[in-house]
Amino acid sequence: MIAPARPALNPGWILVLPFLLLVGALFIGPIFNVLWISVTDPEPGLGNYTALFTSGSLVKILWTTLRVCVICTVISVILGYCIAYAMVHAAEAKRNKMLSLLLVSFWISVLVRTFSWLMLLGRNGVVNNGLEALGIISAPIGFMRNELGVLIGMVHYMVPYAVLPILASMQSIDGRVVQASRSLGATGAQTFWRVYLPLTRAGVVAAALLVFIINLGFYVIPAVLGGGKVLMVAEYISVQVLVTLQWGTAAMLAALILFGVLALLFLMSRFMKLGTVFGGAKA
Amino acid sequence: MTALGTSGTLHLKSLTKRYGAFTAVDNVDLQIQRGEFLTLLGPSGSGKTTILMMLAGFQDITSGDILLDGRSIVQTPAEKRNFGMVFQGYALFPHMSVRENIAYPLSVRKRPKAEIDARVGEMLELVRLTDFAHRLPNEMSGGQQQRVALARALCFAPPVLLLDEPLGALDKKLRVEVQAQLKDIHQRVGTTFVYVTHDQEEALSMSDRIVILQQGRIEQLGTPSDLYQRPRTAFAASFLGKSNFLHRDGATYALRPEKIDLSPAGKGSNANLVSGTVLSVTYFGSQLKYQIAVPGMEAVEVDVDAWRGGGTMAVGADVDLSWADAAAVRLDE
Repeated sequence: MIAPARPALNPGWILVLPFLLLVGALFIGPIFNVLWISVTDPEPGLGNYTALFTSGSLVKILWTTLRVCVICTVISVILGYCIAYAMVHAAEAKRNKMLSLLLVSFWISVLVRTFSWLMLLGRNGVVNNGLEALGIISAPIGFMRNELGVLIGMVHYMVPYAVLPILASMQSIDGRVVQASRSLGATGAQTFWRVYLPLTRAGVVAAALLVFIINLGFYVIPAVLGGGKVLMVAEYISVQVLVTLQWGTAAMLAALILFGVLALLFLMSRFMKLGTVFGGAKA
Repeated sequence: MTALGTSGTLHLKSLTKRYGAFTAVDNVDLQIQRGEFLTLLGPSGSGKTTILMMLAGFQDITSGDILLDGRSIVQTPAEKRNFGMVFQGYALFPHMSVRENIAYPLSVRKRPKAEIDARVGEMLELVRLTDFAHRLPNEMSGGQQQRVALARALCFAPPVLLLDEPLGALDKKLRVEVQAQLKDIHQRVGTTFVYVTHDQEEALSMSDRIVILQQGRIEQLGTPSDLYQRPRTAFAASFLGKSNFLHRDGATYALRPEKIDLSPAGKGSNANLVSGTVLSVTYFGSQLKYQIAVPGMEAVEVDVDAWRGGGTMAVGADVDLSWADAAAVRLDE
């Protein structure tokens, strides 16, 4: 941090120091603490990590988490792409209305949304009761308390996160490039696959990363809408910490997610500049 | 003019475009010949770009018709018209190399690879960018990008090429160079060029014919020298080159600054002679530009070739202005 030509400490650091200490004490410290616990509890060594290869239930939980997260990411990004596309091509007044609707759904608490879904799609929810009253179904459809329920809740929560980076990348496209493609004889579909989609790739990657990483840590939605049947990592960690008190396993899983996210970011940075991904637009 | 194939004659019939109450293009009738270099010249808001967008198929027409070789194309979508187009700012595909950009119109038509390679090679040679085939557009200068855009638009041998202020982003020196290249390429490929610009020098130096547009109407149509020598309206006379306006016998005449002879007071010798005093003189290398105050007239501009010598008239000097009868062009009311 100190340049050789200037041995004296830049006084600016004094201003930043309290925040550095705060971040160190309250963020970096606990992370190292978690890493430490994962290799020391209940006994020193990599026992918690090797359990990954021996414990069927751990593998099952990780597999469920991964599967749900990937499916949710794919669906959210596709839906988000369609919504962003509609927004970019709407008139400005309409686009602003769409954006405020999006943000309203963005701001509603995850708890409120989750219980709303239960009331809508539960066994005695509005939809099942309605369909039964109309005689369309004889037994309630199992929307909730399973993986489908978790996916519905998670996708609903994640779509706004997917829309925003994609919207930014679409807005940065020069409309003349699309016109140029048409004037050169490309159909609408060809223009989309060969010009439009590649030019929004940075936005799609950013959206997918964002959604996937947030998904990994989801707790409330799988716990409520999965009804205990869809056990994902976050819920399992909570059980280990609060109920079974196996802190070592919990810390190992937390560390695993942390390293997973870091590895993902590293992998992406090999393919594209992360700055352009999270800036949304290419210069 | 050399024309390839049989296509490329455009006929605009009573072409009109309205946006609500505003009429952007007003009843334009125009025949564009095969292989012609035709320029639509006008200030912004004159409707020139709207006409081009209607030709390209990116704008609906309000009324009228566009015929290509006698057949209406107004129902044909942009991608089926087979017109090449060069956009303002080039609109190259930033994620494709120069080669991929130029190959695009052929590859979306699913032509065989050997044909595409051969044709792209020809095009790269035409615009002298063979060594740049693998560059990305943002790794090239503006002038080079402009040539890529041109090669891409010509690659599928369109009967008509539409150009929307393609030189607007280039600096002045480069612009003159590219004008010459563009004219040369036009002559070699024989495609009908429809060129939109607000720059009168570009229009004069490249066009076979120029259409001067104002407020959505055709102000005057003709060859560059027609329009320069015989403008019919005050707008045409002042938009294409500079003009002084004389009011004589209830009519208005346009008089180009370089067609006026300037001599010391009492030395003028012509039927058309007025006296005045020098307001200012500016040296431009090849020319001296004078502003002369003449009683009862707006300040008169006079251009004198600097090499003729005879010395510079000083500011405040009394001078005679004279011109030949043919130099003053009577304008329509």
